[in-house]
Amino acid sequence: MAMSQTKPATAKGAAPAADIAVSVRNVSKNYDDVQALKDLSLDFPRGELTSLLGPSGCGKTTLLKIIAGLLPQSAGQIEVDGKTVTGPGPDRAFVFQDFALLPWANVLRNVAFGLELRGVAKSEREAIAEKYIREVGLAGFEKSFPHQLSGGMRQRVGLARALSVDAQVLLLDEPFSAVDEQTRRKFQEDLLALVANEQKTFIFVTHSIEEAVYVSDQIAILLPRPSRVSEIIRPSSFRNKGVDNIRRDPEYLDIVDQIWASLRSYVE
Amino acid sequence: MILFGRRLPAMSSLLIWAALWEVIGRLDLTFFVPPVSAVFATLFQLIQTVAFQNALSTTAYAFVLGVFFAIVIGIPVGILMGKTRILDELLLPWVNIFLSAPLTALVPVLMVLFGFGTKTIVITTALFAIWIIILNARAGVMQINRSLVEMGRSFGASPLQAFFKIYFWAALPEILGGVRIGFIRAVKGVIIGQLLVSIVGFGALFELYSSNFLMEEFWAVLIVLFTLAFSISEFLGYLERKFSYYAASR
Amino acid sequence: MKNRSLILKLLSAAIVFGAWEIAGRVPISYAFPTFLESMSALWAMTIDGSIFLAYAETLKPLVLGVAISAFIGIGLGLWIGLSAKFEWLFSPIFIVMQAAPLAALIPILVMVYGIGIVSKVFVVCIMAMPVIVLNTAGAVRNTPASIKDMARSFMASDRDVLVKIIIPAASPIIFSGLRLGVSAGFIGAILSELKITPTGVGDIISFSRSIADYPSMYAAIFSIILLAVIFLNLLEKLENYLFEGNNRGYVSD
Repeated sequence: MAMSQTKPATAKGAAPAADIAVSVRNVSKNYDDVQALKDLSLDFPRGELTSLLGPSGCGKTTLLKIIAGLLPQSAGQIEVDGKTVTGPGPDRAFVFQDFALLPWANVLRNVAFGLELRGVAKSEREAIAEKYIREVGLAGFEKSFPHQLSGGMRQRVGLARALSVDAQVLLLDEPFSAVDEQTRRKFQEDLLALVANEQKTFIFVTHSIEEAVYVSDQIAILLPRPSRVSEIIRPSSFRNKGVDNIRRDPEYLDIVDQIWASLRSYVE
Repeated sequence: MILFGRRLPAMSSLLIWAALWEVIGRLDLTFFVPPVSAVFATLFQLIQTVAFQNALSTTAYAFVLGVFFAIVIGIPVGILMGKTRILDELLLPWVNIFLSAPLTALVPVLMVLFGFGTKTIVITTALFAIWIIILNARAGVMQINRSLVEMGRSFGASPLQAFFKIYFWAALPEILGGVRIGFIRAVKGVIIGQLLVSIVGFGALFELYSSNFLMEEFWAVLIVLFTLAFSISEFLGYLERKFSYYAASR
Repeated sequence: MKNRSLILKLLSAAIVFGAWEIAGRVPISYAFPTFLESMSALWAMTIDGSIFLAYAETLKPLVLGVAISAFIGIGLGLWIGLSAKFEWLFSPIFIVMQAAPLAALIPILVMVYGIGIVSKVFVVCIMAMPVIVLNTAGAVRNTPASIKDMARSFMASDRDVLVKIIIPAASPIIFSGLRLGVSAGFIGAILSELKITPTGVGDIISFSRSIADYPSMYAAIFSIILLAVIFLNLLEKLENYLFEGNNRGYVSD
């Protein structure tokens, strides 16, 4: 069957047979009087990329930071591999929207920084960092400083840093929103290759419908005030037709239209 | 800070320091620190005396005049520097030098040239204030969004119109920022000038009180001065924030 | 275009010193010596070494005061920047000190500590400290949230965040606070030599004024301004060299 499966979020236990890497159970988040997330539950299958998509202010970055352990939730719990999250942990790595590079450190130290904080010896962490610098295509820039790189290259540094700590779950917070359109397309293709090659779980926050449909195995649509999962979409047919054909695939176009139809009333 | 679920006002800790001051004063630890309550009692008597009012008006006069010259000269010079490259290159080194130079050293020269009176203090005040005003007006003009300038040109604004309808307003937040720092520097300048000339305004009062060991009077004058200086700086900071959105489209 | 800027700087200096020379020759006042007279007085003081002795005296309270202010000021600033409680308690004092004409405290300092070096060091400290404390606290408070989050997401300890993120991120602004503190310290050092007791360069200024040796007086003033400007420029150069990467835009394009 080459049909996309769409299911309402309330249908619990209907997740695919694949095992669950990250599970969000009944999470709420209040800022003073404002309820940002309300009783939100969502499962993230292992080895897949799940997008959190929604209009601005729908709490998708808040949810991601709660999963990362950077923000405490007000109620509910997060489990990664069955272990409850109480704070940042070695099983998760974060890629930041504004890259969050240390301006006073060169590329090599920036990429190795996660390992440095874990107390890995200098020679060892630099060897690992160099491997991932090559992998993201920045070989030769090890001694450069962030201000000498373009936006796209800076985000490659951020990506290499997240990969080098070898976490099972990668959390990406609108990682391509600060780079130009062409660089972004290249990133999206690289991301698909990364998902295919690494046995990691990706959670990807974006506000671009096309981007979400292009890169995701599963898309969770979040609606705002208070934020909840309104729909989970699993594209199925175009994933293995090759990166060049996705944007022309009828199913791809249908899903984009369908998501826009359900979001348009929330865009002012 | 938040205490018992309520946010305490930013400056409220000064009350604690005042209480500490009162305790130290009451304990009679040192002759130089009378209780703050006694200082305030003296303050209310003091501000009714002719000597104090004279000192205040002399100082205010020198201050206002000095700041007036600093603003009236400083802003146009800064705007011109921002718009004319050659002028900028000729003047900027000097502005930078006087911005950070110890201008106190110039006061003896001013005293010799302009006498031991208000004129010297006005010039000292202006010298303390003017350089930062020039520098900020220049920076404000230089940072104006290029597309705002091009917008003006594309709608056919004359140079004069562009100047008064665009440059001045777009640079206003920076200009106000410069004026605010200029004011703070001018307060310091007017007091340093009076201390060194020491026969005018508060300089004379300080001389009188300290040579007669009138500590309560001395602290009372200090409190008045500090309060005035702080209020001026806060008020200008408020104005600056109010206009900051003028520069928003940068 | 490096040449153009150098030529214009020389031209600008020539215009100003030329105007000084002409104004001195007119003369606009009996107390206004020419540029050349002042420079030859400076040369004479350099030859007989008196200016070096004077600076040895002047720099003592300045260096001591700035060192004390830097040590205490950066410490306090870090503390205020890190803790909301200490910010509430201490920052109003320094905000008021920053805005207030602290020079007015000099008569009291003289009464309490006499006319010796202690008073002078105190004057330098009260002038230099507020800007150092406020800059440090502000820089610590304004450390970009995303790099702190980043460090925490890689499980940095509080100490790691302080040592590897906050202090390096704040150091350019701390350093420029130090530079402003040195500048204010110069004002304090000269003020204390003119107001408390004439020593060092302040003595040359006061003494030559009293005997109407105006070229020497102008020479001394010229030299102290020159010294301050050169020293502050060197600090700024050092600052640009040390924090090159930090000063450029890096957060996002």
